[in-house]
Amino acid sequence: MTRHVIAPVDELPPGTRKFLDIDGRPIAIFNIKGEFFGLLNRCPHQGAALCEGPLIGLAQSSNPGEIEYTKLGEIIRCPWHGWEFDIRTGQSYCDPKRFRARAYPVNVEPGSAVVKGPYVAETIAVSVESDYVVVDL
Amino acid sequence: MNVQFRAEPSASVSLKTAIADCDIHPARATKDELYPFLAKRWHSHLETYGIQAYHGMMEGPPYPKAQPNASRRDAWPPEGGPQGSSLSFMQKQLLDPYNVALGVLNPLATGQGLRNQDFAGALCAAINDWQIEKWTSKDKRLKASIVVANEDGIAGAAEIRKRAGDPNFVQVLLLSRNVEPLGQRRYWPIYEAAQEIGLPVGVHAFGFGGNPLTPSGWPSFYIEEMVGHAQCQQTALASLVLEGVFERYPKLKMVMIEAGFGWAPSLAWRLDKTFEKLHSEVPHLKRKPSEYIRDHIWWTTQPMEDPERRDHLFQTIEWIGWDKLLFATDYPHWDFDEPSRVLPAGVSDANREAFYLGNAKKLYGIA
Ligand code: FES
Repeated sequence: MTRHVIAPVDELPPGTRKFLDIDGRPIAIFNIKGEFFGLLNRCPHQGAALCEGPLIGLAQSSNPGEIEYTKLGEIIRCPWHGWEFDIRTGQSYCDPKRFRARAYPVNVEPGSAVVKGPYVAETIAVSVESDYVVVDL
Repeated sequence: MNVQFRAEPSASVSLKTAIADCDIHPARATKDELYPFLAKRWHSHLETYGIQAYHGMMEGPPYPKAQPNASRRDAWPPEGGPQGSSLSFMQKQLLDPYNVALGVLNPLATGQGLRNQDFAGALCAAINDWQIEKWTSKDKRLKASIVVANEDGIAGAAEIRKRAGDPNFVQVLLLSRNVEPLGQRRYWPIYEAAQEIGLPVGVHAFGFGGNPLTPSGWPSFYIEEMVGHAQCQQTALASLVLEGVFERYPKLKMVMIEAGFGWAPSLAWRLDKTFEKLHSEVPHLKRKPSEYIRDHIWWTTQPMEDPERRDHLFQTIEWIGWDKLLFATDYPHWDFDEPSRVLPAGVSDANREAFYLGNAKKLYGIA
């Protein structure tokens, strides 16, 4: 597993996402309310660029007629057939047993640690003063 | 919500073997894109009176349907305009990566199903000219469907005959929801003309005949509309068979587009069983209903039923015939089928080739 430095933290404010290609793998990194998550940008259903879909919430109902809308901004809806996945875990809400979006652990590391390694910086210059978004792949 | 769309093809796939895509929906980039093909009289008609359809909703059917314009979110052309309106983007996103050798265009939102029949005819003719000008003359892989003012069989037949022998067109296009079930005699001139010029008639799900989507009224959910299209298609197919359309037009070939096919065997079984008891009501039928269906009907694959056990899918296809299925993506619509992902493993090479390309080439007469 290699750790890749993706971006300085302030380049990815909450609610944004960044697409990148690491070793030929399309990855998207999300900042959800200050927490970072990574997903393979390929839908396990038919292969659409999953992470280009809208971020929505999760509509659930314990009884007909009662609807709860939770996890606002934490669910990604595939741009093709609309399957829904939890950004935090990659869990599918359509067919959780058979399908899961590939999730990658994302962390924030201080520049001092990043400069020391063992990290691969993507296309960014790193300096010790800032914090960086780092993904394990 | 911060969504960064990239105007690039989503799929990194590229297919080696060529395929046919028998259901592509081209769209107009702007409303006035049709004006060059419409007489001035109709420009002012459109601007003065708008489009009046048979259904009761002022703005047409409810939108969005699951995704904006019922389309893939990654299919907005980079130069603007709705999904499906840019040839160069369609080439980049669909035709080139998936190695589409034959793409059959089925325009929706044409003049079909309008109450003013003269206007309907003029709009359909304009759409047909536009398909040549904007699509088929610019990319030889694309072939057009002749759209006709379906509720006026005589005018529809005239438009079909006008296009006879034009290699830009490979089928006549109707929709499943009409004022009456599709086998009824107001539609016969269309079938007669199609048989005469040797083109199959495609029946695409949708359309607005003024009736609710289901036989018992308006359902609550879009998901009911999605499955309701199969019910409409069944009504259309039963009507075509029972009115004796295939007896009258024995060379007629028809394509059921975008309504699934898993229901075909059970509809045919049920028709056959009932026919045993009631054949004296329809003495013009010389064969069992299932025989007409198997001989005259082709089926596009999007949407393809996806049963848990693939042998159930294969059994259904065996009943229909591996020679009767036509692969379709439904691009750019949101229920798009990715060509490399739709067919389960376990299909012979010959059937696979027929499914993806051979059947379509044969049916549409493409060398
Ligand atoms: S490709 Fe994502 S839901 Fe089908």
